[in-house]
Amino acid sequence: MLFPSFDAGTSRATLLSRRRFVQGLAAGGAMLAFGSRASSGVVQAPRVPELRGADLDLVIGETPVNFTGRVRTAVTVNGSLPAPTLRLREGTTATLRVRNALPANSVHGHETSLHWHGIVLPANMDGVPGLSFDGIHRGEAYVYRFDVRQAGTYWYHSHSAFQEQAGLYGALIIDPVEPEPFSYQREHVVLLSDWTDLAPEALFARLKTMPGHDNVYRRTVGDFMRDASKDGLRATLGDRGMWGRMRMTPSDLSDVNANTYTYLMNGTTGPGNWTGLFAPGEKVRLRFINGSSMTYFDVRIPGLDMTVVAVDGQYVHPVTVDEFRMAAAETFDVIVEPRGQDAYTIFVQDSARTGFVSGTLAVREGLRAPVPALDPRPILTMADMAHGGHAMPGMDHSQHAGMAMPHDMAGMDHSQMAGMDRAMPGMTHAASSTAPVHPASEVGNPLVDMQAMAPTSRLDDPGNGLRDNGRRVLRYSMLRSLFDDPDGREPGRSVELHLTGHMERFAWSFDGTKFADAAPLQLKYGERVRVVLVNDTMMSHPIHLHGMWSDVEDDAGAFMVRKHTVDMPPGSRRSYRVRADALGRWAYHCHLLYHMESGMMRTVEVRE
Amino acid sequence: MSARPVFAALIAVSLAARAQHAGHDMSQMGHAMQPPPAEATNAKAPPASATPAPSPDPHAAHTMQGMDHSMHDMPTMDMSQTKEQAAPYTPVPVPTDADRAAAFAPLTPHAMHDREVHLFTRVDRLEVDDGEGAATEITAWLGGDVNRAWLRAKGRTDAGRLEHASVELLYGRLVAPWWDVVAGVRHDTGGGPSRNWAAIGVQGVTPYKIELRATGYVGDSGRTAARVEAEYDTLLTNRWILQWRAEADAYGRDDPARGLGSGLSSFEAGARLRYEITREFAPYLGVEVEHAYGDTATFRRAHDEDAHDTRIVAGLRLVF
Repeated sequence: MLFPSFDAGTSRATLLSRRRFVQGLAAGGAMLAFGSRASSGVVQAPRVPELRGADLDLVIGETPVNFTGRVRTAVTVNGSLPAPTLRLREGTTATLRVRNALPANSVHGHETSLHWHGIVLPANMDGVPGLSFDGIHRGEAYVYRFDVRQAGTYWYHSHSAFQEQAGLYGALIIDPVEPEPFSYQREHVVLLSDWTDLAPEALFARLKTMPGHDNVYRRTVGDFMRDASKDGLRATLGDRGMWGRMRMTPSDLSDVNANTYTYLMNGTTGPGNWTGLFAPGEKVRLRFINGSSMTYFDVRIPGLDMTVVAVDGQYVHPVTVDEFRMAAAETFDVIVEPRGQDAYTIFVQDSARTGFVSGTLAVREGLRAPVPALDPRPILTMADMAHGGHAMPGMDHSQHAGMAMPHDMAGMDHSQMAGMDRAMPGMTHAASSTAPVHPASEVGNPLVDMQAMAPTSRLDDPGNGLRDNGRRVLRYSMLRSLFDDPDGREPGRSVELHLTGHMERFAWSFDGTKFADAAPLQLKYGERVRVVLVNDTMMSHPIHLHGMWSDVEDDAGAFMVRKHTVDMPPGSRRSYRVRADALGRWAYHCHLLYHMESGMMRTVEVRE
Repeated sequence: MSARPVFAALIAVSLAARAQHAGHDMSQMGHAMQPPPAEATNAKAPPASATPAPSPDPHAAHTMQGMDHSMHDMPTMDMSQTKEQAAPYTPVPVPTDADRAAAFAPLTPHAMHDREVHLFTRVDRLEVDDGEGAATEITAWLGGDVNRAWLRAKGRTDAGRLEHASVELLYGRLVAPWWDVVAGVRHDTGGGPSRNWAAIGVQGVTPYKIELRATGYVGDSGRTAARVEAEYDTLLTNRWILQWRAEADAYGRDDPARGLGSGLSSFEAGARLRYEITREFAPYLGVEVEHAYGDTATFRRAHDEDAHDTRIVAGLRLVF
C-alpha cells in the first residue's frame, strides 16, 4: 500500500503532495485504495474491503478522497469509501462495534450512526439517532447486536445529518442458511452512489435557495420553434401555457444531477473502470445496490440478459430484462451469463440522463467494451404527473390536458378548468384511476404546490425515459415474491399518506406537514395495516419504512412483492401491507437524502 | 397546530372517501383488528402483468398447528372481531421484556434540517450605463420555508452623485404556494430629503412565471406611494437568458423637494441579455428606458433633466 491510512492531523504539505500524485488518477477513487499498480499504467480500480464474521469492528472517520481532481474529505468506515462490504450469516448473532473517530471540528458533525437498511432487528439496533438510540458521539463506541433472521443483499449507511452523502455507505450481504433458489459460480457487489465535492451542507443550502440550480435543460426559444413546427403553434402554446400556469418546468427530473454529482460504482468513477471478473460460461450474480443520496439509476449491460432473482434482498420469481431502474436505496440481485465476449460494459445512467458511471465485466483486468451514449433526455409529460396516459390507448392528452393541479386557487382560472374538463371524460373511464381525496392539512397549505388529480398505481409503467426504448425494462408489475404473503391477513385498516412538496422552496413533507411539525404515526403491535401512498409532487420518491417490511400490493389489492423501499413515481398511488411486528420508534421517510432532511419523514411508533 | 388531530382527521377523511370503507364504523378506528373489507369492494382492474400473482393460500394457516395459542396471548388481538380475518400464517411474536426495553428508550429527539434558516443574497443588477450613471439592485432573504426577512435595495448614481436610493426591510410570509405577503419599512434617500415609509405588499410568481412585486407605502405627513415591479426570463438557451424588467412608481401627492409628482411618476422598462457562466455569476448587456410623467416630468425639466431617458447598460448579476 502506497498510502497508509492517515488521520486528519496530516499536514497540509503532505496532502498537497498526495494531491499532485492522484490528480492524474482522479478517475480512480478513494486515495487510500490506490495500490502500487497505479504506476504500471493500468488504472486499477480499488477493491472494496470485505469483512466477514459475526463479530466486526468498524471505525468511522474522515479520509481524503479525490474523484474529480480535487481532494475532499469523505466520511468513511475503516478508511474505505464505500464502507467495507459486511458479510453476515443468517441464523447468527451479529456483533458490530462501531467507533466514532471523527476528528474534532469535522464538518460532518460530532455524532455519527450506522443504520442497517432493510434489516429486521430490535428498535435500539436500528441506528437512527433520536429514534433508536442517542447516536454515537465523538470518541465513543456503540455495540450493535442483533440476530440475523434474513438473507440477501442489503446495505448500511449513516443516519446522521448528511454523512451518507459524504461517503458513509456500504454493502451488507447476508448468506442464507437454506440453499438459494438459483445457482451461480461467482458474485460481485455493484454499489452505485453519487459523490459531490461540495460539502453536503452547502449543497443543501443551495437546494434551499436555488432549487433549480442543476436544471440546465429548461426548454428554450429554440425548443419552442422546433415544437411549433412539429406539433403546431397552437398545441405548443397550449403546452407551454399549461406548464407556465403551473410555474414548473418539465425538465425538472431530479433536484441534483451530474452537473453536481460524480457517479461512482464501488467507489470508482467511470474512467476508473471498476472491473468484475468472470470466466466464460459462468453464471455471475451481481448484487446491485443504489447507495446514492439523490439519484435514480438505470442499469443495463449491453449484450447481456439480466435475470432479476431478488429485490431488496428478497427472492422474486426470476424475470429476465435488459434494463432496470433503481430508486435510491433499492437493491437488485441479477444473474448474468457472460460468454462470447471478453468484456461487457455495466452502463448506469441517471434517470434524467445527465451523466453516467460505467464499469466492466471482463475475463481479466484492463479490458473494456464500448460504452453506450446517454439516452435522449426525457421531459415530464402531464401524464407523468397524474396519469399513465401512454398505457391507455387513445388517452394521450399528455401534452394538452392539465391533469395535475397547481395548488394555487388564484391560478385556477377558467381556461385551465376548461382544459381539465376536456381531460376528464377520458380519465373517468380509466378503470384503475381513483380520484384522490386530499388530506385537510394540504388545503390552503402554502408548502403544497400541486396535487395529483388522477393518480394510478403505474406498476406497469417502466418510468419516464424508459418507455418504448426498444429494451425490455423491468416494471414493478413484473416483480413477484417467490413466497406467498407471509402474513396472509387482510389489513384491518388503511393509512393514506400523500407525498407533498414545494419545488421552489425545496420543502418536502407528508400530507403537507414536515417532520418537525408532525406527531408520530401510531401502529398497534401485531396489526396489519394497509399503507396507501399518493404522490402529489412532480418528483419520484423512494419511501422506506424501517423495521418492518412493505408488502407491495397489485392493482387488485393482492400481495405482490416484499420490499423495504417502495418507489413512488410522480402521479402514482401505490399501496402496501405492513405487519406491525416490531415494537418501538421507527423512521419512515423518503430516501432522497435532502427530501428527508427537508421534512419528508415521519416517526412510526409501534406500541402494544 | 397540533398534528395529532390533523392526522386522525386525515385518516377519517381518507377512509370515508374510499368506497370500500364506507361501511366502517369510524369509532372502531383505534382497534388493531377490524373485519377486513369484503372482497367485492376491491373493484379495481386486474393487474396487467407479465406473470400472474401467486395468491395467498387461505389454507396455509391450517398447516401451522399450535398457532392459535400464541395468538391468544396477544393482548391486542380482539378475536371476536376477526371472524373473516384468518390468523397470520406466521404468528406475530409475543413481545419480550427485552423487546420492550429496546423499544422506547428516552432519547434526545431526532435532529433534522427541516427548520433550518438559510440566507440568500442576489445582486440582481450591478451596472454602469453609457452616460455617467451606475445602478444596483439587491434582493436578500433570511429565514425558513414560510417566514423570511427580506432586504430589497436599489439605487442609482449619476456622475458620482446619488440620484435616488431605496432600502426596504420587510417581514415576508408565504401565504399561498407562490405568494408572500410582505410588510415592513422603506427608507428613501438621495435626490432630496430622506423619506421613511411603512410598507405592505405582495411578491411572488404569477402564472406564466412572471416575478411580481406590488407594494403600497404610507409615509409621514400622510404621504402615500406604490411600486410595482415585474420580471420575466426568456431562455434563448439555458445560459443566454433575456430578462425583461419593468417598474412603475406612483405617489399620492407632490413631493417637490424630491422632484416627485403625484400619480404615476416614473416607469422603467429594460431588457438585459445575460450569460450565466454559472448560476452565481452572469455578466449582461442591456437597454433601459425610463419615462417620467406628470409633475415628476415637470420637476425634471425644471432641473434641466430629461423626462425620458434611454440607457445602454452593462453589468453583473451575482448570487452569493
